[in-house]
Amino acid sequence: MRIELEKRANPSTLYSILSPFLALGLTVIAGGIMFALIGKDPVSALYSFFIEPLLDIWSLHEIAIKAAPLILIGAGLSICYRSNNWNIGAEGQFIMGAIAGAIVPVVFHDWHSPLVLPLMLVFGMIGGALYAAIPAFLKAHMNTNEILTSLMLVYIAQLFLDWLVRGPWRSPDAYNFPVTRDFAPEAILPELIASGRANLGFAFAVLAAVGLWLMMRYTLKGFEITVLGQSERAGRFAGFSSKRMIWFSMLLSGALAGLAGISEVSGTIGKLQPIISPGYGFTAIIVAFLGRLNPLGIIAAGLFLALTYVGGEAVQLTLSVSDKVTRVFQGLLLFFVLSCDTLIQYKIRLVFSRIGQSSEGGAH
Amino acid sequence: MGIIEAILLTVITAATPLVLASLGELVSERAGVLNLGVEGMMVMGAVLAFAVTQATGSPYIGVLAGIACGALFSLLFGFLTLTLVANQVATGLALTILGLGISGQIGEPYVGMSGIKLQPIAVPLLSDIPFLGPLLFRQDIIFYLSIALVFGLNWFLFRSRAGLKVRAIGDSHASAHALGIHVIRTRYLAVMFGGACAGLAGAQLSLVYTPQWVENMSAGRGWIALALVVFASWRPWRLLAGGYLFGAVSISQLHAQALGIGIPSQFLSALPYIATVVVLILISHNRRMTLINTPASLGKPFVPDR
Repeated sequence: MRIELEKRANPSTLYSILSPFLALGLTVIAGGIMFALIGKDPVSALYSFFIEPLLDIWSLHEIAIKAAPLILIGAGLSICYRSNNWNIGAEGQFIMGAIAGAIVPVVFHDWHSPLVLPLMLVFGMIGGALYAAIPAFLKAHMNTNEILTSLMLVYIAQLFLDWLVRGPWRSPDAYNFPVTRDFAPEAILPELIASGRANLGFAFAVLAAVGLWLMMRYTLKGFEITVLGQSERAGRFAGFSSKRMIWFSMLLSGALAGLAGISEVSGTIGKLQPIISPGYGFTAIIVAFLGRLNPLGIIAAGLFLALTYVGGEAVQLTLSVSDKVTRVFQGLLLFFVLSCDTLIQYKIRLVFSRIGQSSEGGAH
Repeated sequence: MGIIEAILLTVITAATPLVLASLGELVSERAGVLNLGVEGMMVMGAVLAFAVTQATGSPYIGVLAGIACGALFSLLFGFLTLTLVANQVATGLALTILGLGISGQIGEPYVGMSGIKLQPIAVPLLSDIPFLGPLLFRQDIIFYLSIALVFGLNWFLFRSRAGLKVRAIGDSHASAHALGIHVIRTRYLAVMFGGACAGLAGAQLSLVYTPQWVENMSAGRGWIALALVVFASWRPWRLLAGGYLFGAVSISQLHAQALGIGIPSQFLSALPYIATVVVLILISHNRRMTLINTPASLGKPFVPDR
């Protein structure tokens, strides 16, 4: 038996809608098998992983908190990936955004003004964008592969943050703990509604995603992104510059990752510490693909992956399963999304006969 | 043993996993497949090698387990990108994310456990040579394998018929297919070879470099290995040189810290990553050279026409 692909005349609309759900279904099944393998009842484990967090207000707020950075970063990445720029260093841009934004409340902690928070957010975006400018410059002008450079910069950003909070920015009254001073109340991102912790970051995320969706759909820029992504040559004939597109997409996704970083630090953590992200920058890659690189789809995908974080914490408490299970779920999900996406462009046929096997030589 | 010998020994230990992982990726990329999952395959090899060594008491069985695990894990990537023609960049990332997740889960009971080190094997006579003997001929089996692979692959790729086919597929899969070469089958084998090498590199980390299991212990080495392939312009010999250069950079930070140089340790730890970026810039800014060296169908999907 083997698998043969046959190219469809047109991409299938049905499967482009169905494929994310197919992938979700397969992930849940694979997850159930995994729980059974480690000796837990799969039904109750899946229930507390995927359903229970949806049933109380506290968990819903947690989901919104975790979805915010995922959507912000994922929406930016979708623009990059659509234009064929493989920024995989969003985690580093997230950290640099957090650091740049934190300059205001940490270094100028005596300055109290309503301007503090807006300034932090702007600094955060600039920090993320500047950090993404490094791989952008290297790709556009030095012809250097952006995948590797943007990823290497993640490690460098993590070490830089580690040095800052253990060295020059360490709080004088934290008993040698590696943290900065707590942000003043005016440097904290306000909560959205009275019922829980979810903060303005979620609103930023939804706004950014909707904005990008409008841009992709109704503006020339959106068209330019699509054309250059599908064929650089065709884009050049249309007068679009792929160099400018590298700059545009990388700076945009960097700025959004930076905004996510400062929002997380200001809204959720309230200070800088050595680790400020459970891998949001990498999980957002999954979000971007699960959302089919469509900013609106990314809102839904971000909420779902946030659920896997919260669900992971839930099974850790109720079933004493390691929270590493979250990472496994996320990896499996991306695999299934990518394989189901094949159905959009191709018909898949299982071939059982032995005769067909000679067709590789072209005898068909 | 003199101080220079001691330092060179640590360089060899640090370079071996880089050389191995990038050799595997080199073959895969020569066949036209860009597998960004090296980090994931490496860390899977590391955890399985450690776990099997703990279970059997024999690090040699552990090494075999690491190799097998890497090869099997890479099949997942192969199935998606070769059979289902999924995007290679995204699938490679998925492999890395999944590998880091699964290895964390498998490795949880082993955190903090002291491991069993793979013992060196002294080559008779040669190991008695002053200076060079202890460095090159009193090493563990993985080091010998890494050197043998450099020689072997250089011969295979540039002197054998099968190697010529691999390179033909990497340069133009359509022409190779027209000549009757089995493109998909060869690519599967190349991807599995890459996985086996990454798994072996992982086994070296958890059985030789630091004989214990630490979560995410590959620490970006899989990505550095990817950069090394570019640095070596897809040639095994240059890869050996590059691997040792990077081994030296990454180990120099430990020696610098031991000497108490007044630079924060985080800056020293960042050195290998900074060096990778710098090297990539130096190598790739000559656009024409890159174009000549890169396998022409690298990363492009192939569907046999019927």
